[in-house]
Formats: sequence, structure tokens, C-alpha cells
Amino acid sequence: MIEVKDLTKRYGATTAVKDLTFTVRPGCVTGFLGPNGAGKSTTLRMILGLNDPTSGSVTVGGRPFRDRPRGLRHVGALLDAGDVHGGRSAVAHLAVLARGNRIPRRRVDEVLAEVGLAGAAERRRIAGFSLGMRQRLGIAAALLGDPPVLLFDEPLNGLDPEGVLWVRGLFRRLAAEGRTVFVSSHLMSEMENTADELIVIGRGELIAAESLTRFAARGTGAGVTVRTPRAADLADVLTAEGAAVRQDGPLLTVTGLDAARIGDLACRHALPLHELAPRPASLEEAFMELTADSVDYLAGEAR
Amino acid sequence: MTRSTTTTGTATGAATGTASYAAEVTGEPAARFRDLLAAEWLKLWSLRSTPWAYLITALAVIGFNVGQAYDTYRYWTTELAGDRDRFVRDGIPLAEAFTSNAVLIHVLAAGAIGAVTVVGEYGTGLIRTTFAAVPARRSVMAAKAAVVAAVTTVFGALVAFVSFFSTQAILSGKDLGVSLDHPGALRVVVASALLTPVAALVGMAIGTLLRHMGSTLVATVATLLVLPMVVSPDRYWSALIAHALPYPAWRRLTEPGARFDVYPWSTGGAWTVYAVWALAAVAITVFSVEKRDQ
Repeated sequence: MIEVKDLTKRYGATTAVKDLTFTVRPGCVTGFLGPNGAGKSTTLRMILGLNDPTSGSVTVGGRPFRDRPRGLRHVGALLDAGDVHGGRSAVAHLAVLARGNRIPRRRVDEVLAEVGLAGAAERRRIAGFSLGMRQRLGIAAALLGDPPVLLFDEPLNGLDPEGVLWVRGLFRRLAAEGRTVFVSSHLMSEMENTADELIVIGRGELIAAESLTRFAARGTGAGVTVRTPRAADLADVLTAEGAAVRQDGPLLTVTGLDAARIGDLACRHALPLHELAPRPASLEEAFMELTADSVDYLAGEAR
Repeated sequence: MTRSTTTTGTATGAATGTASYAAEVTGEPAARFRDLLAAEWLKLWSLRSTPWAYLITALAVIGFNVGQAYDTYRYWTTELAGDRDRFVRDGIPLAEAFTSNAVLIHVLAAGAIGAVTVVGEYGTGLIRTTFAAVPARRSVMAAKAAVVAAVTTVFGALVAFVSFFSTQAILSGKDLGVSLDHPGALRVVVASALLTPVAALVGMAIGTLLRHMGSTLVATVATLLVLPMVVSPDRYWSALIAHALPYPAWRRLTEPGARFDVYPWSTGGAWTVYAVWALAAVAITVFSVEKRDQ
């Protein structure tokens, strides 16, 4: 359980995070979404006690993380795959972390095997690792203490499709084991098949904290696609019923009425339907619409 | 990897969730400082650059000392009876046991070695991984300082003793060498050895404050080497500063004939300067990480 309360972080005149309040619960994967520069990494650093909040508080398992003398058995974190010394081997890097936390040396071999770095790779200097391999090493470090809470900042960056699939499976399994899994991303599509719950922020402020399905329903993208030879006539009927209709030749995109109601109306007016397909709301659209106001770096923005 | 799935969190679960975590992590062993010492020791020696840095420094410093002794040996001609006695009486064999050229290189290298242990972590971002794994930041830095102090002390002693014995062996070829029980000989060796951890800890403290390699090295060199050169021992305030710096302290300890006549000071004062600088450096290293964002 991670509890963030009225969290604010200012750097001089810039406010990175403002009055953020949310709870990340155990037993599910919680996505932490926001455009670049929204304050995700700053928030994660404050959860880990690396940065002190200007005001507000954050606790992990009921206590500020910095009150723990040793951290790995409480929170496993991958903040940035680059937060390693390139001169060490993967084994040495993990052995150092394990030793300081009094974790048995064999855990190093276990987690290396788990993330697929066992064998030749573990003895190589990290400087020669690809980004994907570094992500795996960072995940291995997070798993080292077998912690009840796990934080991952953009863990899918640099992973190949097989790696992405593996990470998703891992997150699901960790959550199923009853752990708290908090995963940040700036891409909604990465969350679509991973997260159960979402925390969405923009410009440091909370936009949404709810389940993935409820969040998806916010998108106005949900609608029905209708194909009919008498498109103009049907469009008039549907508009009269209060729907928003966009016509493209024989194709209508309808929002505001469900597929059943559209079918009934077409039948009553004896208009033939060749296709009637409900289009599910896209998470991506919901995300874009909600964060459109809070994107710091918008392409093509007039300056 | 067995974990109960009892914590199917509910909205009311703030208190219950906390309790279940406390129960979950009961297997945690007590935090021990020696684990951090062991971790820092592993950290130091798992870098290939560490043994190289020490080896190259040792070769350079011993090389300078041996070279000077050999030069004396090669060009020594006894012109007058009593030359040899005057040579020894003036303390030249001891001056050649650890020359002032060699000590410059030695201090520079030790300062850099100390700085790298901290700046290497800030430069790579490893420091965040370190502090996320061990939130007790002061303990981490204290362990780091202890390992650096211990390793550089042993290294300094090694270099100082090897320098002493090899230079005196060479000088003995012309009957000029002295033994370790010669007055002041042991003090030259110990003062040179201990200047190593002092310089390393100062580099480390500056690295902790500045966090960047370039500025840290410049500030370390300025503090340890440039500052002593710009202060004059002939003016009161200037002499006061000079007397409080490690490098002049080393000179005072190793060159009994060195001129600090106008504002004299004691050997005990010189040792005190060593101790105060080392302790202050450790204090800065340990306490300055507490409040700053990492």
C-alpha cells in the first residue's frame, strides 16, 4: 500500500507536483500515467524518500520509506535503468545491493535467472548492456528483497516484444501474489494490457484515479459504426433522437446512442442496415482527451 | 516466492493494509553497519579501475622518490671530509625518503581516489539505487568513508615504507642512507602515510558537496595543493591559514629544518591539523547527504 497525501514539490518557481493525493492498493497492477514532464518520476522519487516533498506526505506500508534502515525487503524499485555503474558486472552490482541489505548471496543468482540474465551476460560489464538488458537488471534489483511493494518507472522502454510480454506477465504474477505493483508510463497503450487501476496526472496534478475500465468509458471515442445505403436518411433520424453523427459516404459514426437503439430506429423507419458495429472506447483517446490541457510539450504548438 | 494474497485491498483498508505489511516483513534481519562496510568494500573492488588507480599512483610516487635518490647516488662525490655527515645532519636522506614532488602526485591521486568513490555514484545515477536500497543515507556515507580511510591508510603506509626503504638502500651505496630508528625517520614515513587518507577524505567530502567530477577535482586540487602555495608563512593571517592546512603540516613533520620561524608551530599542531581535516571531511560527507534531494 502506498498512500500519497497532498503531495507538493516545488523547484524554485516551478511546481513539479501539486496537491497530489492517491492510494495504490496491493493485489493489483496500478498504472501511473501522464505525459512527459507530468511529474511521475518526481512523485516516485518522493515515494522512495530520495526527494523531500515541499509539503504533504507519502507512506509505504504505513511508514515513510526513509524511516527504514534498509529498503530492499520493503520496496523494490526500478527508477532508471541507467542508475548503475557501467564498470561493474551485473553480478557485482546485485551482490553489493544484496550485501548491504543482508540478503543471501544466492538471491542474486535467483533473480538473474528470473530476468533472463543468467549465464555469460552476468559477468560482463554493464557498460556493454543494451537498454533492454539494463531494464532486466533493474527489475532483478527490484526483486532482490522479495518486497511487498514494487515501483517501476517506464520499465518497458527498450524491451523487445518478447521482453514486453514477459514483463507484463511478471507484473500480473507479482500482483496476484498480493503485492502492490506501481508502474509508470507515458504511453496508454503500454497500460492497456497490464494495469487494473490507473492514476493519471498532468502537469503535476491528479487527473484521474480509478479502474482501467471506468477510465476507458470517459473517452468520447465510444460509439457505433453503421453502414447503410440510405446514410443521409438514417443520419436525420438519429440526429433527431439526439445522437451526434458523422457521415462518410455510406458510413456513419454515431455517438450518443447504443447499437440496439440505432437498430430499432432503423427498423421503425424501414431503413436497411448493412453493418452495425459498436466501437469500444479507446484508452488512448480517453487519455489524450483528458491530458490534452496538461501536455507540456505539444507538437505544433504555437509559440 | 510465496506470499499470501490476503491483502485484497479495500477502500477501508488503510489500517488493515498497514498491519498486513508489518506482518509480511517480519523475517527482516536487524540492520548492521558491517553489512554496509562489506557492501562498500565489494563496491570498491568490483571496479577494474580501482587496483589500476592504486598501482599507477604507487609506481609514480615510489618512482619519483627512487629517481631522486638514484640521482644523488649517481652524482655524489665526496670532496671534503665531513660532507657525508653534513648531508645526514641536514636531513637530506629523510627529504629524499619522500620528496616534495612525489607528495604532490600522491596528494593529487589520493584526493581523486576519494572523490571518485562518491562522484562515481552521482555521475552514473547509482546513488539513487544505493539510497533506495539503503534509506539510511548517513550510514551509507559513513561506511563509504570508513572503507576509503582504511584502504588509503594501508596504501599510504605501503607507499611510504617502500619509498623509505628503497631510497635509503640506494643512498647506502654511498654510505648516505639512514635507518628507521634515525631521529625523525619514522615520523617522515607516518606523516606521508597518513596524508593519504586525509587527502582522500577531503576529496570525498568535496565530491559529496559538488557531485560533479570536473568541479570536484578542481576544488580538491585548489584546497589541498594550490591554497598552501599562495599563503605566506611570514604574515600573521596568512601564516594562520598555512598552519591549518594539511600540506604545510606534512612539510613541518617531514622537514624539521623547514623555515616556519616567524610564526612557529609544533609537531603536535601538525598532527592536530591532520586529525581535524580528516574528521571535518568525514562529518561533511556523512551529514551533507541528509537534507539534500538525491
